Amino acid sequence: MTIKSLDPRITRAEIPVDNESTWTPLPDMDQHETYEVFHQEKRGDQPTHVGALHAPNPEMALVFAKEQYARRSRCVSIWVVRTQDIHTIGIEDSDVFETTPAKDYREARGYRVGGKLTEFKRRRAASNE
Amino acid sequence: MYGNLSVIDAQPNMPSEEEDPKLLAEFEARIDRGEKIEPHDWMPREYRRQLIRMIEQHAHSEIIGALPEGTWITRAPGFKRKMALMAKVQDEVGHGQLLYSAAETLGKSREAMINDLLSGKSKYSNVFNYPALTWGDTAVIAWLIDAGAIVNQVANSKGSYGPYCRALERICQEESFHLKYGYDNVVTLATGTETQRAMVQEALNRWWQPIMHFHGPPDTVSVHTEKLVRWKVKMATNDEMRQEFLDGYVPKIWELGLTVPDPNLHKNPETGLWEFTEPDWEEFKRVINGDGPCNKERLAVRRMAEEEGRWVREALKRPSQKYVAPLA
Repeated sequence: MTIKSLDPRITRAEIPVDNESTWTPLPDMDQHETYEVFHQEKRGDQPTHVGALHAPNPEMALVFAKEQYARRSRCVSIWVVRTQDIHTIGIEDSDVFETTPAKDYREARGYRVGGKLTEFKRRRAASNE
Repeated sequence: MYGNLSVIDAQPNMPSEEEDPKLLAEFEARIDRGEKIEPHDWMPREYRRQLIRMIEQHAHSEIIGALPEGTWITRAPGFKRKMALMAKVQDEVGHGQLLYSAAETLGKSREAMINDLLSGKSKYSNVFNYPALTWGDTAVIAWLIDAGAIVNQVANSKGSYGPYCRALERICQEESFHLKYGYDNVVTLATGTETQRAMVQEALNRWWQPIMHFHGPPDTVSVHTEKLVRWKVKMATNDEMRQEFLDGYVPKIWELGLTVPDPNLHKNPETGLWEFTEPDWEEFKRVINGDGPCNKERLAVRRMAEEEGRWVREALKRPSQKYVAPLA
């Protein structure tokens, strides 16, 4: 017995009603490997990571990236790279990026001359009197 | 397009006591501060399990949801509507892809998710087990089912899991076209000839119960969800989402001179809440468990598509391919 559907294309495909019994599960890697996708919304923007997809090769990955990540929203360029080719310091190690107030000599906020300048002007004014 | 059919399963939740209390406290503090959880963060096993389940069901719903509407592509009234319906159906499949990628970051492979869909182990939104009998049905689906889905998806996009939130933001942007497209179709029929009005009214009558089922069983019978609310996996209760949907759309239905097939439906001015006849929740359970008008067809069609496309995927395999879960 085959599926009788409202959709004539499905009826014509003569799909067995019980294809559950003959179906074999997808093997590993059936969906191919993963790529990470980066896009640039407009000129002047940083290219930004937008997500991932599955593809058998870089050419197909670009086709899928355009369909999945640039179908509606603005986009002027798109990059794909195999996930396995990306090297990371992951969020689980984000403490390596922490800093300490003792290192404020590396920051603009570590330099405050206002007090010295005020004091200097006060002394100058006093000696001129 | 996804409601909230069985985000919470009946299995006993894994007790938090089994988790490392220090890590659990850090995890919960991060969520309390409004920060997102990212794939390689430590997370409770129950959080991971519920999220995989929820995102995977959402992905399956997008893929299966393409089928009832896809039925009408060949018979859409006019070229512009045919093009628009194709774009909408393509969006749904695209949303499925984004969601599978988000679920994979939690450690379940795409093959495993598709296998669980095709074997019937995983569920998808119950509404897609009903047929779209007329063009009027596709209009009602595109307007009201997508509206219900947007209520759910906007809420979930403020949840705690980064990859799911990011996928939902992109999906919600695209769904706003669906909503406008669906409303346009309903308004066209409702303001048209008597035959057109009758077509959309009959479609609404058929779809009202599935729409009332869409956000899941009432809170009074739902499984205890306190922890999932705390962890921002569940962002609103089923009843809250249903009320938001009714508030937004019942007035618009009435404005078109259409009737909702529930004489008890009204907003209680004292409580500000909608009151209605409870839909048949036994039917909801029966259909989810496989006994709906289209369950068999939906899965048989997906199995056929997977089997017939397999040789193409095989031919494109290269030995150097290696599976790595998506990064974020």
